Amino acid sequence: MYDAVIVGSGPAGLSAALYTSRANLSTLVIGKDRGALEKAHRIENYFGMAEPVSGCELVENTKTQARNLGVELAEDEIFHISWDGHFRLEGKESSYEARTVLLATGSARKSTKIAGIRELEGRGVSYCAVCDAFFYRGRDVAVLGNEEYAVHELGELLSVVNSAVLLTNGLELQATVPEGVQVIETPLAGIEGTDRVEGVSFADGTSLKLEGVFVALGSAGAVDLARKIGALTEGASIQINQEMETNIPGLYAAGDCTGGLLQISAAVGEGAKAAMSMISFVRKQKQ
Amino acid sequence: MEVTHITEQNFEAEVLKSQIPVLVDFWATWCGPCRMQAPIIDELAAEVSGVKFAKLDVEECARIAQQYGVMNIPTLLLFQEGKVAASAVGLQSKETLKEMIGA
Repeated sequence: MYDAVIVGSGPAGLSAALYTSRANLSTLVIGKDRGALEKAHRIENYFGMAEPVSGCELVENTKTQARNLGVELAEDEIFHISWDGHFRLEGKESSYEARTVLLATGSARKSTKIAGIRELEGRGVSYCAVCDAFFYRGRDVAVLGNEEYAVHELGELLSVVNSAVLLTNGLELQATVPEGVQVIETPLAGIEGTDRVEGVSFADGTSLKLEGVFVALGSAGAVDLARKIGALTEGASIQINQEMETNIPGLYAAGDCTGGLLQISAAVGEGAKAAMSMISFVRKQKQ
Repeated sequence: MEVTHITEQNFEAEVLKSQIPVLVDFWATWCGPCRMQAPIIDELAAEVSGVKFAKLDVEECARIAQQYGVMNIPTLLLFQEGKVAASAVGLQSKETLKEMIGA
């Protein structure tokens, strides 16, 4: 078990790792990609950079710095976090156990502007397959998404429901679906139903009868993970206090996923603050 | 006040026929957010008077959950004089619940 598992290898996550590792906390940083910084070609406003630096360069330099300090780095995508005395994180490649977890996956730059989705939340539209599969025993459902996260959610449903289809809403499928699962790539017009989900309609005029739609768009971001474990969220941000603590003891959030100023300097600062809280939490737990 | 454990047997007496409003937390053992909702409900129950706080296990009381159209957990329903007066789906903060029950 790690003392600190940090989900996200951007400025917030890596900054936290530098501190936790230097404080002798066994630290693992799990990252999927370079996130928002991948597209930052010239950063001219970061402290100490006489010459502009690219986002990639900045992140890669910090990764080397972290490795030199004993931080472990893993490439994986986390789909689910649960707590049972300690944290358990389930990823595509492996699962991990931790005394403390920092969510720092950046902000979800994905939108869900599908007609009916908001109105039918709690009436057939769900964001957590593990939580809500029970209510769909023997029913026909769909998972909305096109990446590994959607396939993970499908996996939670298949043994319970009558049938599950994958709706990519016009996007190209970027994962391998279990055999026998129908994939519909036609763009959606909307989710149908007044009191509860009755089906979905497609842009080509066709429709499909369904009783549930599980939303798993893109990759599982910090807010998706927070919702699944029960951390309070507000819109697209995770609710934290000044110590970067969520409502769950041992679970922290930092960087863009907490809202506020979407800047590297802010993320680095929040990462450091979160690390201080994690260090104090682990020390108390080990006493 | 203690949080009342709801069963198929006591639902009518404890919730529908209650003289005071009842906030019912629909939950299940496997649901992470439900486990985080529980201490928030406990805190409210200790602080707020004039409202009854209750927990209903959706597996134990599947019929009641179905009757009230619960399809996500946690779901919180506020019952007043036997009818649903307000509802909230997903984990709710103490402040939101206080607003919901008018405390």
